[in-house]
Amino acid sequence: MAAVQETVDRVRRIDVDQYRYGFETVIESDKAPKGLSEDTVRFISAKKNEPAWMLEWRLEAYRRWLTMTEPKWARVNYPKIDYQDLYYYSAPKPKKQISSLDEIDPEILKTYEKLGIPLREVEVLEGVVRPEGERRIAVDAVFDSVSVATTFQKELKQAGVIFMPISEAIREHPDLVKKYLGTVVPTSDNYFATLNSAVFSDGSFVYVPPGVRCPMELSTYFRINERNTGQFERTLIIADKGAYVSYLEGCTAPQRDENQLHAAVVELVTLDDAEIKYSTVQNWYPGNSEGVGGIYNFVTKRGDCRGNNSKISWTQVETGSAITWKYPSCILRGDNSRGEFYSIAISNGHQQVDSGTKMIHLGKNTTSRIISKGIAAGVSQNTYRGLVTAHRKATGARNFTACDSLLIGDKCGAHTVPYIEAKNSSALFEHEATTSKISEDVLFYCVQRGLSQEEAVGLVVNGFVKDVLQQLPMEFAVEAQKLISISLEGSVG
Amino acid sequence: MPLLEVKNLQVRVEEREILHGLSLTVNKGEVHAIMGPNGSGKSTLSHVIAGKPGYEVTGGEILFNGEDLLEMSPDARAAKGVFLAFQYPVEIPGVATMTFLRTALNAQRKARGEGEYSTPDFLKKVREVAARLNIPQEMLRRGVNVGFSGGEKKRNEVLQMALFEPSLCILDEMDSGLDIDALRVAADGVNALRSPDRAMVVITHYQRLLNYIVPDFVHVMSKGRVVKSGGKELALELEASGYAQFEDAA
Repeated sequence: MAAVQETVDRVRRIDVDQYRYGFETVIESDKAPKGLSEDTVRFISAKKNEPAWMLEWRLEAYRRWLTMTEPKWARVNYPKIDYQDLYYYSAPKPKKQISSLDEIDPEILKTYEKLGIPLREVEVLEGVVRPEGERRIAVDAVFDSVSVATTFQKELKQAGVIFMPISEAIREHPDLVKKYLGTVVPTSDNYFATLNSAVFSDGSFVYVPPGVRCPMELSTYFRINERNTGQFERTLIIADKGAYVSYLEGCTAPQRDENQLHAAVVELVTLDDAEIKYSTVQNWYPGNSEGVGGIYNFVTKRGDCRGNNSKISWTQVETGSAITWKYPSCILRGDNSRGEFYSIAISNGHQQVDSGTKMIHLGKNTTSRIISKGIAAGVSQNTYRGLVTAHRKATGARNFTACDSLLIGDKCGAHTVPYIEAKNSSALFEHEATTSKISEDVLFYCVQRGLSQEEAVGLVVNGFVKDVLQQLPMEFAVEAQKLISISLEGSVG
Repeated sequence: MPLLEVKNLQVRVEEREILHGLSLTVNKGEVHAIMGPNGSGKSTLSHVIAGKPGYEVTGGEILFNGEDLLEMSPDARAAKGVFLAFQYPVEIPGVATMTFLRTALNAQRKARGEGEYSTPDFLKKVREVAARLNIPQEMLRRGVNVGFSGGEKKRNEVLQMALFEPSLCILDEMDSGLDIDALRVAADGVNALRSPDRAMVVITHYQRLLNYIVPDFVHVMSKGRVVKSGGKELALELEASGYAQFEDAA
């Protein structure tokens, strides 16, 4: 605890005003003191060498957050969060500037391996140069809020793609950040998004210039290391006119005893004819068999199809976290724009999932598609909550929704809460929903062929979610398939 | 040592006794037919041998190659060579038949301590067996039994039997839902698998199936017991006189 005390003392000595306009900091401590105050916000901003406008933006969000109350409408239960009992910033041990990947701590690389991150990406991290022409993945690794490695910068630079930690983008591309940050998820959006706006630590920034197809999949791995450190990632992805980018996000966390708060914000913007494909595999620690521990995941993800003929596609595989509160959404503002949401949400043990999407049809002839597969096992609760809405000017809006739930055992629950609002008589919305139990006969058929109970469940579930798995990039699909089987271990007696 | 020995088996389902002391001995190379009216316990017997949950064995034992089968999990029994061809094979949406076959075969091999098949070896084996059974490759890419006709489902069962090479095949009402042509194809597939190392137990209502799969022994079940055993001529006798004569015997 000495280090923390030292930090506290040091922060106390700092005259925060000196950072209001400054880009320099003398702070070398790696952790903000516990609790949340304007000083915490200033500390984080100072740690990031942020310009004054960014600090002001954060402070404004913080002040607004103070006036807000935590939402209670989701079908999740958790003990009251003491926001003053959390750390809002932590960084890996101070390091010198990294000039090459060889300088990354081998321990960190080892962790990646343990997390089952595909060999190819480990190679990328280890700086192995692969032959020309092979499909590559750029990894911007986020360890406890700070990016420690960014790869393939050169090739991306050639294409004109900006892919960097958002903290750097704030300094290096302030005009772009100012233009787009908070325009999809405003600082006032909701309790958790507002909190994130005040204290976000880091995240990714992507800008793909007009007409550019990003030459590789962009991938970020988030990982939570420090005990009691809230994670407040902030990601902003912009696809300019006619641009295309596919972004992959994967998360894991090691076992811990105390609940951890995670409140990320992801904003996507597509201009005319642009497309963003955003894929997530999330397997944070879900808590132990008694439901103790595990991550609280309150995420605001939203895409804005700002331009005509633009497209945003969300694909998510949610297997972890004690609490999941997450609704990746699309604002279909441009005419002929399209939103997609493909989701697999698995809950086992004591997990609680309240997830879904919002498709907000504003432009003309906008289309959206929702395929949601919820799987509940153990004593978990799994809720799909979705909104499909057509503005009165959104002529020709179309949506297709299919929500399927699969129950394993008789102590879990699956719930579907679809909201449908059509304010335009030409809107055509279709909704299909099914709830089924994994059949004893199917399981027996599989075990009679030699599969164990768990293999049988894994196989049946992977079949159930196949339509969504197919939406994932290849590397992720394989990983996700394994993850699904692992996360259902122990779900049958 | 007999391959399968069922001794004085008593089985309950939800407090109701279905089998009241059934005994049956099956040796390698033999084909046994079990006939009997609805509710006589034929399917129960096949389920209990395969290890389906929901049945309570209250007495007796089942030995397989001298080992206590009732102590084994259903998947362990499968790995040991017990195969049940289902009366109504289930559909598993989203799981390609090929994937299913490979997963199951490798699971069995792993349980026996044998190496898993490599993809080329496996594909070669499946294609060979499928061609013999007149199963098109396209069918193997579809979800397990999804959208299969009755005949296709049964052929898929025979395909698995041929692929897994079990030492005991139990065919539960294989003829149900099949027209005469489909029945012939399935029966031909089964006959091709008859071997001195393998035994079959064919469960059926009707003598018809036994025209195609000719048994060495026929057992008549009634009210949870074997009430009469004989050679293949017993089946013909039953066809002529019906089951009523055995109702009293039970």
